[in-house]
Amino acid sequence: MAGPKFPGFDTLALHAGQSPDATTGARAVPIYATTSYVFRDTEHAASLFNMERAGHVYSRISNPTVAVLEERVAALEGGVGAIATASGQAALHLAIATILDAGHHVVASNSLYGGSHNLLGYTLKRFGIDTTFVSPRDPRNFARALKANTRLVFGETLGNPGLDVLDIPEVARIAHQVGVPLLVDSTFTTPWLMKPFELGADLLYHSATKFLGGHGVAIGGVLVDSGRFDWEASGKFPQLSAPYEGFHDMDFEEESGTRAFLLRARREGLRDFGACMAPMTAFQILQGIETLHLRMPRHVENARKVVQFLSAHPMVESVGYPELASHPDHELAKKLLPRGAGAVFSFNMKGGRPAGRAFIESLRVFSHLANVGDAKSLVIHPATTTHYRMSDEDLKKAGITAGTVRLSIGLEEAEDLIDDLERALKAAQRASP
Amino acid sequence: MNLTVEGRQAFAYNAAHAIDAAKPSVVFVHGAGLDHSWFGLQSRYFAYHGRNVLAVDLPGHGRSEGPPLESIEAIADWIVALLDAAKIARASVVGHSLGALAALECAARHPERVERLALLGVAFPMKVTDAFLEAARRNEQAAYDMDTVWGHAPQVPLGGNPNPGMWMYGDSLARLARLAPGVLYKSLKACNGYAAGLESAAKVKCPALILVGQRDMMTPPKAADSLAKAIAGAQTVRIAASGHSMMAEAPDAVLDALIDFLR
Repeated sequence: MAGPKFPGFDTLALHAGQSPDATTGARAVPIYATTSYVFRDTEHAASLFNMERAGHVYSRISNPTVAVLEERVAALEGGVGAIATASGQAALHLAIATILDAGHHVVASNSLYGGSHNLLGYTLKRFGIDTTFVSPRDPRNFARALKANTRLVFGETLGNPGLDVLDIPEVARIAHQVGVPLLVDSTFTTPWLMKPFELGADLLYHSATKFLGGHGVAIGGVLVDSGRFDWEASGKFPQLSAPYEGFHDMDFEEESGTRAFLLRARREGLRDFGACMAPMTAFQILQGIETLHLRMPRHVENARKVVQFLSAHPMVESVGYPELASHPDHELAKKLLPRGAGAVFSFNMKGGRPAGRAFIESLRVFSHLANVGDAKSLVIHPATTTHYRMSDEDLKKAGITAGTVRLSIGLEEAEDLIDDLERALKAAQRASP
Repeated sequence: MNLTVEGRQAFAYNAAHAIDAAKPSVVFVHGAGLDHSWFGLQSRYFAYHGRNVLAVDLPGHGRSEGPPLESIEAIADWIVALLDAAKIARASVVGHSLGALAALECAARHPERVERLALLGVAFPMKVTDAFLEAARRNEQAAYDMDTVWGHAPQVPLGGNPNPGMWMYGDSLARLARLAPGVLYKSLKACNGYAAGLESAAKVKCPALILVGQRDMMTPPKAADSLAKAIAGAQTVRIAASGHSMMAEAPDAVLDALIDFLR
């Protein structure tokens, strides 16, 4: 039996989280550039501080413009709510800091953005949180790495930079068997290409800097909770299911089973770590989200044309795109990513470092910089930039070589992108030893 | 706090405040398929403002042991058994939807135990469509979708949530996903089968408040009129722009109305 219809993705992308401003009638989301909010009286102030009334107190904790973005992303992902953060990295840190303590352990995919690898592999170790990195290609690797003190399983929906497709249903099953949630970085796929909660993930985050914002103008992150993980039943998360001295002995699970994680993340994480998003940033990212459903199909369409061109070029050794039959996760991508495998991918070029240098420096349309998910096409050489801290051995595990080039395909005319690549590949050929 | 009620473990949220016999008490009773946290902000307010609060999880819901009770009359008696277990002689009872019918019946059957009566999102009769009941009986996702869409005002999926960063539809669906099979059906069936509303309303002797959402699709405002007439001296407050989930959609308006009424 069919239930009543929910608003569609495109409608939510434009409207979720905001009604026209009640005071001014403003249709666009107003930018509430204010640090704080006047209390009606002392009683009202006390009630807001003690979570007896809903509302805003101080913009580090919540802000009306930022709240629109949070609600909109939660609606697009099918979550209970979200918290916007200063960056994608801040979102990852907030997720971990909310539910892990010193002495806990993470099992993470080894196919990660370099910044995430740094946080887990080096920085969090200083705070007593260890990580075991595993190849995501075989989900059983996650199971083999679980320990008694594991409290989180983590991976990227499309791994960086080899586009390993995370088998979310299977990895979630493995995590849930031991009462641990699965967190995914959904930056490369966005909710338009994949809904991780529908596949079994419990928490997700975006670097909203990328496709959500989509125009390379603002740094931000969004952490979303599905509300489906039962922290109380797990028995492994006293952070959420035992009285918290830092907030009037609040037992977050007792306050609300579905909102416990976000309650603590906001009331402790934003309060104490303070990596909040500015309202102007939220506004800029909202402008991007309003066309996400129009941009993502074009990103994917252009990516497919470029992949086809590169796959047939004699200077190209291999192209790592899951829609190609040669990609190890081709079948999984067909199942989990029917709308497309995104617009960020890598290829390996012949000719070593001299060819790579000539290629990068000959491009005119592609911009050489450290970002992805822009409306403009981008290029980078991971071994000397995003992944430069990784050892050769770790690079190899992540599928990167000296000839690996990563492209983020934008919204230009595909023919212009192909012409640009063709010219640069000719230059690379000339520079080859 | 955990209590033993009618031989089974039952949970009632009290915001970590122990029962104090010297204080007045308020019992909050949630609707079908929900739990104590549906009254989260309001129950927390009263716990911090001089009241004993028991925001219950009805049997089979939230943290309370099942099975769910199958009639409004059974829930009404269970509320009194809960008061006995908590050693509370009299309490104001605030009920929402199914909880409102149970609160009404409780006030009629046990007038000596109910001090004040607040009925939120109430209707009589509280008829449930055959399609909704059948989908719930089959534990189909469609039932949870109907509960979510009809349980909120039409603007909710597109409008802003007063609770920053939360998406009400998502919260509703996540709560319903946690229910054991059959719980929603039995609760809806109890609402649908309740016939004593007007006779019970005539027996209510305590002050009563009826709180309706002007955009309520589940229990439209007019559907509370017969109860408002049948309860002597009942006061009706209408909340503009709110649907059935008024505690989440208009939390301040609900709280202010309750503060005035329970003063």
